[in-house]
Amino acid sequence: MIVRTIVQALDLQIVAGHAALERPITGGYCADLLSCVMARAKANNVWITLQAHPNVLAVAVLLELAAVIVTEGAPVPEEVKARAEAEGIALLTTPHTTFWVVSELAQLGVPAQE
Amino acid sequence: MANTPEITRVQKLDFRVGQVMTRQLITVKPATTLMELKELMRTRRISGVPVINGTGDLIGIISLEDLLRAFEQGATNATVGEWMSRSVITVNETDPVDVAAQKFVQTGVGRLPVIDAQGCLVGVLTKGDITRGLLAEVQAETQDEEIARYRASHIFRDVQSDHTTLILRYKVAPRDFTHGGQASSKIKRALTRLGADPQIVRRAAIASYEAEMNLIIHTDHGGQITAQVDAAQLTLIFEDDGPGIADLKRAVEEMGYSTTPPEIREMGFGGGMGLKNIRKCADQMKIDSEVGRGTRLEIIILLHAPESAARNN
Repeated sequence: MIVRTIVQALDLQIVAGHAALERPITGGYCADLLSCVMARAKANNVWITLQAHPNVLAVAVLLELAAVIVTEGAPVPEEVKARAEAEGIALLTTPHTTFWVVSELAQLGVPAQE
Repeated sequence: MANTPEITRVQKLDFRVGQVMTRQLITVKPATTLMELKELMRTRRISGVPVINGTGDLIGIISLEDLLRAFEQGATNATVGEWMSRSVITVNETDPVDVAAQKFVQTGVGRLPVIDAQGCLVGVLTKGDITRGLLAEVQAETQDEEIARYRASHIFRDVQSDHTTLILRYKVAPRDFTHGGQASSKIKRALTRLGADPQIVRRAAIASYEAEMNLIIHTDHGGQITAQVDAAQLTLIFEDDGPGIADLKRAVEEMGYSTTPPEIREMGFGGGMGLKNIRKCADQMKIDSEVGRGTRLEIIILLHAPESAARNN
């Protein structure tokens, strides 16, 4: 499964990082607390969160995450978009809740790995 | 939407049409016969040719489609001048490649004649030229990174001494959330280039990020990160001049204990996990703090330790 697959299946909006759409996804992680993400998310995971400030990208870059999905239509500041573009991280948004996204990803077969 | 990624990439590379176009020019004159054109297209395997007049000015373009149209109507003895398209869409050799890419998308043409500042024909650009140019550039970038990695990973072998240590220093400004994590990113890249195991790089990146964010969130005047790398281990030192940690024992040991202000917690910090994450990632951790004086955190991560690499992180 690649990032493009979930973008199409969940009708996610691509805010930045078109170049990363072919990256493989190996699993996912949800949290809005950055230290939790640092401790538990793995490389090539998709991260689902309500947070959309620059440090989200710092975490995504350090962990080599495949994509970040910002839920509930949380506004993404321009500087965050620019940074996602520069770092090559797929930054995706949806008006749906985090739970909805996870439920859809589970149906698509994104594995729950810990 | 489908064309956006390539165009963005091209913009970033600052490619000019002149760098990727085909310079070897095949042209015809208006008086060239269609039979001659057909032979030219067949032998040179091309599907469109610019038409120039006696003084070298670009006056038209003729494509395989024009040729087929002429032959369908039985005009086998006609000349290029009668069937060429006179409204030629051109690009300038100094135009950025993304301008040309947009012209391809907007007009649907297969090739664009390239002119210089004087309007003289200097080349032809196809979509294939752009793709080839991009591919070469991307490969060059990859190669540069490979060379950088190769050189860096041999540093401890190439530089002769009894003990070689690489020291990297980074300044961290207080409340600078915009650049939060950048020092850790640079440390991570340095370790990768030095050839460290990806799992060890990951642990170093997590520990470094948590400590870097602590400098940003908590310090009065920011702080300094020193990364010392030798052949055996990475030592990360985070120093600041205050305010210092009042209850160091709780900060280090108690999960969820945090002194982060509420407005910073709203951004997803202050879970009371930072120092615990660091301790989990480090092979050794030492922290000294005094209120009013500052804090010094030292982390050691062994670079060749299979038993520590097998840990959760």
